[in-house]
Amino acid sequence: MFDWWDKLTALFVYNILGLEQKSAMAEALHFFLYDTIKIWILLITIIFVVSYLRTHFNTEYVRAYLQGKSEFTGNVLAALFGIVTPFCTCSAIPLFLGFIQARIPIGVTFSFLISAPLNNEIAIALLFGIFGWKVTAIYIGFGLLVAILGGYIIGKMKMEKYILMDVKPMEGELEDVQIKLTFKDRVKEAWEYTIDIFKKIYIYVLIGVGIGAFIHGYVPADFIATYTGGDTWYSVPLAVIMGIPMYSNAAGVMPLVEVLTSKGMLLGTALAFMMAVTALSLPEAMILKRILHTKLIALFFTIVGIGIICIGYIFNTIL
Amino acid sequence: MKIEILGTGCAKCTALEENAKVAISKIGGFHQVVKVDDIMKIMEYGVVSTPGLVVDGVVKSTGKLLNPIEIEELLK
Repeated sequence: MFDWWDKLTALFVYNILGLEQKSAMAEALHFFLYDTIKIWILLITIIFVVSYLRTHFNTEYVRAYLQGKSEFTGNVLAALFGIVTPFCTCSAIPLFLGFIQARIPIGVTFSFLISAPLNNEIAIALLFGIFGWKVTAIYIGFGLLVAILGGYIIGKMKMEKYILMDVKPMEGELEDVQIKLTFKDRVKEAWEYTIDIFKKIYIYVLIGVGIGAFIHGYVPADFIATYTGGDTWYSVPLAVIMGIPMYSNAAGVMPLVEVLTSKGMLLGTALAFMMAVTALSLPEAMILKRILHTKLIALFFTIVGIGIICIGYIFNTIL
Repeated sequence: MKIEILGTGCAKCTALEENAKVAISKIGGFHQVVKVDDIMKIMEYGVVSTPGLVVDGVVKSTGKLLNPIEIEELLK
């Protein structure tokens, strides 16, 4: 899809700047120009498409829809809704309490809370841009599995007593607060949102690709495999732990992961790392701590963490 | 009109309050802007994604940081 751009940047680096073919400097510059622009274009396109879809869904609608669904069905639906519903960590509390108020089981709520940040538009756009649609599909598919099973297990563990705030369950059915928008309004809203996000992250992509370009040009191909052990048993859990504090920097981290995989990091390890970056976020844990007992948050992190580690191992074994 | 901004103190909620005040200064007249940060009250409105904008008890927008022009539209 981006062959034309690859050729154009190659032409620029080798013919116009006259850098020597195969030199580390030329390779790094070529990679940097090619990758930055490619990722930027894909980011804008995919974020726009996702945020357009999302103008049709809001959390209030999802809540009304999930109300009264049986437990396992609820987990599956909640995880699926997590892909298309706009979600901001800052509204985790009203979301959590609002779901409980609507008598949605706690496990179903967690399925949503795991799926929504995991399938955030930035992560999906970057994955698609960097690794192609296959890896993106695998990421979303297994991400849903973690969300469904994780939520289901939490639901089975009877953790209701660890919710620190007393919420009165509401009587009767919910009416969703659907706000009517025209097609033009939706496009405008999606576009403004896209630009807003892009402004926030383009610099991280630049930095991430920059460091990546340096590694690409100057670090030998099997560096990771040789020095950090590409397939040692602890590489997956280590990647998951390293991913936890990196939530806000997903945009910069992912281009780096691309280069690390090309230098010998196994795809399962990379996948586990990226899932940990998005699904296990410290800021979200801090916010939820105001309404949930530490035990419940710890359980949430443990279950999701174990799920991600399993996925990492599975992929390292089969790919 | 009574305009309520629902939010538990995130950056977007504060920004929405500011934008609402700008919108009001443009349409003129006497209107009240109230910041609601009590989570129970927010839930009474059935809002689960903040910030929310409520005009005279009716939820007009949720989970969005509207600009002053958009708020003006909602107030008309």
